[in-house]
Amino acid sequence: MSGTITIDGKTMPFTGGQTIMDAALAAGVYIPHLCHNPEFKPHGSCKLCVVEANGRNVTSCTMPASPGMVVVNDTPELNEDRKALVQMLFVEGNHICPACEATGNCQLQAAGYYLHMQSPHFMHFYPPRRVDASHPDIFLDLNRCILCELCVRASRDIDKKSVFGISSRGIDSHLVVNSESGRLGDTSMAVTDKAAHVCPTGAILIKRKGYTVPMGKRLFDQKTLREFHLEQQKRVEPEDGPDGG
Amino acid sequence: MADEKRKIRIATCSLAGCFGCHTSMLDIDERLFDLLEMVEFDRTPFTDIKHCGPCDIGIVEGGVSNAENAHVLKEFRENCKVLVAIGSCAITGNVPALRNNIDLWNCFQEVYLYDPGTEGKQIPNDPELPLPFDKVYPIYEVVKVDYFLHGCPPPANAIWKFLTDLIQGRQPETGHELLRYD
Ligand code: SF4
Ligand code: SF4
Ligand code: FES
Repeated sequence: MSGTITIDGKTMPFTGGQTIMDAALAAGVYIPHLCHNPEFKPHGSCKLCVVEANGRNVTSCTMPASPGMVVVNDTPELNEDRKALVQMLFVEGNHICPACEATGNCQLQAAGYYLHMQSPHFMHFYPPRRVDASHPDIFLDLNRCILCELCVRASRDIDKKSVFGISSRGIDSHLVVNSESGRLGDTSMAVTDKAAHVCPTGAILIKRKGYTVPMGKRLFDQKTLREFHLEQQKRVEPEDGPDGG
Repeated sequence: MADEKRKIRIATCSLAGCFGCHTSMLDIDERLFDLLEMVEFDRTPFTDIKHCGPCDIGIVEGGVSNAENAHVLKEFRENCKVLVAIGSCAITGNVPALRNNIDLWNCFQEVYLYDPGTEGKQIPNDPELPLPFDKVYPIYEVVKVDYFLHGCPPPANAIWKFLTDLIQGRQPETGHELLRYD
């Protein structure tokens, strides 16, 4: 199946199997997102990518495009909802940006900037979460994990190691490490693994690499999350768009 | 006198803050002279006024970590028409809130009893001292806050833009380039 869809009045083509997100990104149209990464299967947890498609709110990263679909994306209402979602993520963890090595390079933070989040608005949870420094090269701080499962997907699908998983239910859901001790140091994870480099926040950090880039030169000092995500798409599909025909 | 009355009255304070946000306020440099044309200061660390009186704008740096912080914050809220949370501490609790998952008594023992450098080995218990709370709270979790100015500290240009907007009766607008959480 292929055809065209319309996003905020702009018409763009899609090919079989493409989601609204795929078609939008291929056409250079930005839909805010955190758990989506064009290199991986969609996940659908962050809900930032929710758009109105044919009158219903759907997650654009999982919703297949269909011929003639009319999508509403960049509206003050939807962006307000997205901001509220980012605020929820901020208060749910301990996101102390001034003391985080990922600051300036963090997509959660950049989403806050992009959506003009001035305050966390909700009450903070201050959850008592773990840090795991057992690995010689990689540091894990679950206080900053937003459960996007990008590390889970990368480790399982690309590194073929399945180092990470998600455990428990509801607000107790958390990232777990698949070793008997539960410690990262007791897995086969290597600093060269894809999973070590996909975390959009400061939850997975490479040791001894913090604060090497001066303020003003960090990723999101230079560009917005929108610019970053549109470039990320281009890196994945350098030529003529997904599936190429 | 009549002229003075028309000036906007501003109070500021630091609760569980580091005075960095106040330092960033001073970083507007010679624009301080312009500011003083437009406003007069009530209680702030820059004046000798002990209590916050009726004000147009109250600016609060730092989170709430002890009973005195809560007391001062409530006094600000009661007296200021507009209350502004300035800096990450007032907005999220920030670095001081890193203690929120450490037992308070353990903190005290570590600092006053176990640390090899302490003399006397006694946890301070004079009633003059404000009792600490078990957690550090952002100020909006204690009183209603009208505006937030993020950053640790917010850049001087953000503070200047924000204040001039507010003083001149505009909706404060700090654009993308002035918004930061770190
Ligand atoms: S550790 Fe990072 S990549 Fe993994 S689930 Fe948490 S936020 Fe996502
Ligand atoms: S926000 Fe930063 S600069 Fe302001 S009081 Fe807190 S630690 Fe200091
Ligand atoms: S990007 Fe679609 S739910 Fe996260």
